[in-house]
Parts: sequence; structure tokens; C-alpha cells
Amino acid sequence: MLLPAQARDHYRAMRNDLADAPDFPDPTMNMHAEPVPSAQDTGVSRSAGTAPAIAMTGLRKIYSGVPVVDGIDLSIPPGEFFGLLGPNGAGKTTTLRMLLGLTPIDAGSVRVLGMSIPEHEREIRARLGVVPQFDTLDPDFSVEENLLTYASYFGQSGPALKQRIDDLLDLANLEARRHARINTLSGGMKRRLTLARALINRPEVVILDEPTTGLDPQARHHLWRQLRRLRERGVTLVLTTHYMEEAEELCDRIAIIDAGRIIACDSPQALIAAHVEPWVISLNAVSARRFIADPSMLPARMLEIADTWLIYTADPAAVRAELESAGLPHSTRAANLEDVFLKLTGHDLRE
Amino acid sequence: MSRVRHPLFPRPSLRFIPVWRRNLRVWRKLMLPSLLGNFGEPVLYLLAFGYGFGRLVGELDGMSYMVFIASGIICSSAMFTASFEGMYSAYTRMAEQNTWLAMLGTPLTLDDIVFAEAVWAATKGLVSAAAILVVASVLGLVADARALLALPVVFLAAFTFGSLALVVTSVARSYDFFLYYFTLAVTPMLLLSGVFFPLQEMPDWIQWLALSLPLAHVVEIVRPLMTGTWPTQVALHLAVIFIYGAVALVAATTLIHRRLIR
Repeated sequence: MLLPAQARDHYRAMRNDLADAPDFPDPTMNMHAEPVPSAQDTGVSRSAGTAPAIAMTGLRKIYSGVPVVDGIDLSIPPGEFFGLLGPNGAGKTTTLRMLLGLTPIDAGSVRVLGMSIPEHEREIRARLGVVPQFDTLDPDFSVEENLLTYASYFGQSGPALKQRIDDLLDLANLEARRHARINTLSGGMKRRLTLARALINRPEVVILDEPTTGLDPQARHHLWRQLRRLRERGVTLVLTTHYMEEAEELCDRIAIIDAGRIIACDSPQALIAAHVEPWVISLNAVSARRFIADPSMLPARMLEIADTWLIYTADPAAVRAELESAGLPHSTRAANLEDVFLKLTGHDLRE
Repeated sequence: MSRVRHPLFPRPSLRFIPVWRRNLRVWRKLMLPSLLGNFGEPVLYLLAFGYGFGRLVGELDGMSYMVFIASGIICSSAMFTASFEGMYSAYTRMAEQNTWLAMLGTPLTLDDIVFAEAVWAATKGLVSAAAILVVASVLGLVADARALLALPVVFLAAFTFGSLALVVTSVARSYDFFLYYFTLAVTPMLLLSGVFFPLQEMPDWIQWLALSLPLAHVVEIVRPLMTGTWPTQVALHLAVIFIYGAVALVAATTLIHRRLIR
């Protein structure tokens, strides 16, 4: 992991660096004279690392008496890649929506880039990039027209925008598809275009709601590379995902949310160290029944998921010796974030 | 408990212009079928009713029936075009294509978006009315250049009908829902408002009913302008049209806000 200062140098050294492209005119065109801060004057304050990029305090959302977000406190420093994990219905998307001003806040507060929601939602969104969970590309437009139109919502136009779109199409590997209609693109291409679209305003914070759901492994890795590059450039990223390896791979810090509350928040490595035994031995249900039937087995934490049993242990050699002497097939791996997730949120189906 | 966030009156910013231009950009791609629908059909009505029915009717209110109906159809086509745009097209952007959701990831607010949709519906209403005006003048149904003054009136009227349609859209759960509004509101209004036959022949209570709806007021201004006279009580007619539009815009913005920001 690069330190912020190294990351900045690395960033500057990169060819095709988007930050080197000419600046856009000020996007302010508001009747009500709310000044929209320009995105490019924040490189310094970002590395200073004083004020959090995102701060939530006592955040609550209640739908017909049921708390969906139930007192979330969270501070995300600038430049961090932050992950929100949780079962379906845990409150991840609602939390992100409140961050964007798309869901009214029932209690608590959200500050993004030092400004509060909803009073400053317009200014905040001018400096944010959003990759929504569902496809919101414009099917009537080509790839390029999608970017042009989206840029116009930020008040961008002219030759600087042309250059910006060229850069983003290059970044998203979509140059050859510039004039293609949206419905001719693959799922991976649409996601890449959605990310490119989210970067059109050089956002300081990028919000991604399950960006890789439904993608094949190649497309997912391509997207990961893009996100890592953004991270290296000092962009703050907030991601929700159902893929534990994705969160482990990408995120500096992860909050596991269940029933609207944060039940654990730390780096992936720290979460694994704190919550689960370092080794996991898995065996099938038939083997497991014979294994459990023998009361002389070593004490170890066991968990059944579908037809597989997982044995969590700090001493895999001892358990393996037992299994081998009983002639039971098994496999051993290091504990990962999924194990933490299952331990903390349970393994019942969520619907 | 819940903080009331949305102020009663929408506060659209000039950022509505890019949203309007987005719709224009889409429309330019589909212009031919769109024009055919918004302009071809009313022209057919004009010709069929005007020539066919007109022979039987002769003169109405001291003008040929063709002239009478041309001025009515300009108003009704603006109403239909703006209503369609505010319902089917806006609903597609709101509920099917998530176009508005994408816009809410940018500095745009729903106030901007809903206002832009109303202005866009007004624009399309204006385009179809203007096209019919051209046909009418080619057919010699327009008295003088005064008829051009009908266009700003039609634009305001189409804004009103577009805003009313957006109110319907804000509570619609599917495209089928729009049939209620067309059958229960738009079509009765069309038949009552002096488009096809003079309102003055009707019983008092029907006249009052018609005058309580916006379309009759549009016809009252546009018909004299088309026939080379000056309309009377212009301020009253414009006020009715404007009030309907303003109230509908506020209602549409509030309801759409309630629907999407939750």
C-alpha cells in the first residue's frame, strides 16, 4: 500500500494523467448564487488529512417504524478506500443514499467534504462521483453522447470537455465503442462507462454501490485496477459489495453493517485477526457427521453452511491429524473476510 | 421525527437548461416519427373535419368551419403533445430508464429536473402548434400576422398541460394509469372547450364547467388571434392558465420528490 505522499508522486508520474488535463470552467450556474467550489483547488487540503471526507454522526433512517439505519457513526479520512459490507437489507444502500441526499435523514447528521446534507447537496454532488447499483446510462445515446450529456449537468462543455472525454474513454478502454449505442455494450462495458461517467467532474469522493455485481472475473479485475488507480491518486472511495474478496482486495478499511448498525470497523487484516481463528478447515457434511459423532475431538469452533462444515482453529495441524487418522477428506485455508462476515452476521439466509 | 426537507415552492436553477437540452438531443434522433404523431394526426383531423364536416356546417360565429376548427386544433394539439410528453415520456425517464436517478448524481435537483420536463413538454407543444399554424396559413386559414401572438400563449398553455401531466406521472404505477387521465380529464376537456363547436351554444352549467378548466381559456385567446381580431379578457384567461400551471408544477415537484427522495 502506498503512503499518500508516495501515491501523489506516483500519480503525477503516470502518463495520461487525468489531473494534468486542462481545467474545466467553473460549473457554477445556479440562480440562487450558491457558490460551487471548484474541484481542482482541493489537492492540498486533501493531503493535509485534517477534516474527514465523510463524517456521519448518529445517522438514523426509519421506514414505517422499522429502523433501517440505526445510529451509524463513521468518519472516513480523505484518500481512504472504504468498504461497507452487510447482508441484504442491512442498510448499506440507504446509508449511501443519505450520503447523496437521495434519502431524507431522520436523525443524526452527514457531512461530506465539510458540508452538510441536505443544505449543500448541490455543492457536494458537484464534487462527488456516483456509480449506482443499477444501470442508469441513457439508452437513446451513444457512449460519447452519454458522457457529453452527463458532463453538461455539471456545466461542462467546450474543447476541455472533448479532451476529458477522450481521456476517460481511453481509461475505460472504450475508444473503439465511442459511437456505439448503449444496448450494444456488454455488462462490463456498461460498468466501465458508468465509472468513466462518474469521473467526468474529477470527483474528490467516489461512491460505488455494488459496482461489480454481475460482472465476469475479467471485467471485475479491470474495474478493480481502475479503482486502485483512483485510490493512488488520493480520491476517497466508498464501496458496497457482496464480494468479500473484493472488499479484502481493495479496501483500506471496512465497516460490517447489520440491521442498520456498524458491528465491526477496521482494516481487513485487523478484522480477520480480531474475529476469527487464523485457519479454516472445511469438510463435507458426511465427513462432518462422523467427525462430530466422535466426542473425543479437539475443541474447535465449527460452523455449518449448506452442505459444508467449517472448522476454525489456531492449531490446524492438530485438527488435520485427527481428520487424517479418521480418514476424512478435508481442505485447509487461511481465514478470510468471509469468515469474519459469517461469524458476525450469522449464516441464515437474508431475503 | 422526520425532518421536513422539501420547501413548498420549487426552486429550479438555470441548471434546468442542460436537462431540457438532453431531451432535445434525444428528440432530434426520433424527430420524424415524433413529428408525424404530434403534427400529422392533428392535420388529418383538421382536413377531415374541416372539409368533410365543414360542408354540412357552413359558417360558425361568422367564420368558415375550417377556420374555426383550425384555431381549436392548434390548442388541442398543444395540449395532447404536452400531456403525452409529461406522462409517457417523463414516466419512461423517471421509472423505466432511471434517467432522473442518474441526474441526481450530479448538481441537479428534482426542482431543476421537474421544471425542465415541464418546459420541455411546453416546447414540444409549441412545436406541434407552430407546425399546424404553418399548415393553416398555407391553406389560407389565418387572417394576419396577429396569429403569431398565439404562439407564446400556446407555450404557456403547453407548460400548464405538461405540468398537469407530470402530476399524473408522479402518482402513476404503470403506463396504463395514464388512460384514466386521458379519458376522465383530457378528452372531456377537449369536447367541452370550444375546439370542435362553439361553447356559447351549450347550457350554462356546461359553459361554467368548461371555463373552470384551462383549455377553454386557451381557445378564447387563440381563436380571435387566428381570425384577425383581438381577444377580450386576456388577463383573466392568461391568469386561469397560469394558475393551473403554477399549482400543477408545485404539486408535481412535491409529489415526485416524495416518490423518489425517500
